[in-house]
Amino acid sequence: MCLAIPMKVLEVKGEEGDFLNPPLAVVEASGLKKEVRLDIVDRFPSEGDFLIVHAGFAIHTLSEAEAKESLKALEEMAKGV
Amino acid sequence: MFEIDSGFKDKELSRALLRGIEKEFKSPVRFMEVCGTHTMSIFRYGIRGLLPEGLFLVSGPGCPVCVTSQGDIDLIIELSKEPEIIISTFGDLLRVPGSRGSLMDERARGSQVNVVYSPSESLEICKKTPEKEVVFIAIGFETTVPTVAATILEARAKGIKNFSILCLHKTMPEALRTLLEDEELGVNGLLAPGHVSAIIGARPYRMLSREFNMPIVIAGFEPADILQGILLLLRQLNDGRADVQNGYKRAVPEEGNLRALSLIKEVFEPCESTWRGLGKIEGSGLRLKEEYGEFDAMKRFGLSPNPSREPKACLCGEIIKAKATPLECPLFKRACTPLSPVGPCMVSSEGTCSAFYKYGLL
Repeated sequence: MCLAIPMKVLEVKGEEGDFLNPPLAVVEASGLKKEVRLDIVDRFPSEGDFLIVHAGFAIHTLSEAEAKESLKALEEMAKGV
Repeated sequence: MFEIDSGFKDKELSRALLRGIEKEFKSPVRFMEVCGTHTMSIFRYGIRGLLPEGLFLVSGPGCPVCVTSQGDIDLIIELSKEPEIIISTFGDLLRVPGSRGSLMDERARGSQVNVVYSPSESLEICKKTPEKEVVFIAIGFETTVPTVAATILEARAKGIKNFSILCLHKTMPEALRTLLEDEELGVNGLLAPGHVSAIIGARPYRMLSREFNMPIVIAGFEPADILQGILLLLRQLNDGRADVQNGYKRAVPEEGNLRALSLIKEVFEPCESTWRGLGKIEGSGLRLKEEYGEFDAMKRFGLSPNPSREPKACLCGEIIKAKATPLECPLFKRACTPLSPVGPCMVSSEGTCSAFYKYGLL
């Protein structure tokens, strides 16, 4: 049920806290493009950020730099073994 | 295009982590992957087969459909028979057998059952069919709960009157506590769920880890994430430590997702919940708060909980607690197959029996 791949934000539509017209992001991953809701995301994203998506809602925003940093930490750990 | 997670699938990285695991592995251990999506990843990438002999991974109670009690499954199926009701549900519930038939069987008999990818799609069904009552079957853990909370807030803001939910949500920390209290569990470390943790953060595990002297590592879903989780658990054991480590920092902040947590708190409150296999656990469920009672399908349709009778000979309840593997179940691959399942663990793509069936018997 959890989708592991973070999806890249191409466009953000709408405003935070608007329940009548909940904010959306157009996202893409592996050639799949879709709209996801932003009502429950921890940090409101900007274009170029990545979103972790669950059941049509973004649950977490991360920047490309954050993802690279966590990969680097893991690579360092693997080197140390 | 840059695929952000492809680095975590890298073979060299995984090989290096496996070498680390081999080096740290000293004596037989059992680690539990709590989350159903971890179970899927572990089987898909053949991780069980790569680990040293004596290092066992067992699946936990992290498949939402699998831990839903038989009584609740029966209640859902009964509800779908009402002509004025349209059921809106995630797809993996469709084929879960109740005491008599499944939602899929009822749909074949004329019940209206709509599969949705997101709870919010239920509101579109409400708009299209104003003469009907739309009931979303709210099954899921902390990752799903805020998506349902947001849908309820949207329904209220838009004045949608023909929407309600059958609230069967469950929360993970209390179930883990019940598991860990069982002295026969025989588990030496937990791989904590990735996306439940993205919502609840690392903190709820800290108390469990201390209280039960249990190493816990939060892990992501890519092969390197899972291998890293196993390596960190082994290191904790070798150092004689029992801590909570976050191996999935790109998704899990220490304090969790505060916005999602506040939406959960706005709409829901803790209650007792009945889990398949684990029974009744105080504070392990969520119900709608009084002020959102209008969205409660139990109240709206005057429903009462069904007693739970799990199917005879089905070991799903034991498999959820890691007390049995599918291979010990007399029904597995005989009376119970993906085409004709007896228990939920064979139906859901996150179920242990389904993974054993699909990927072989590692």
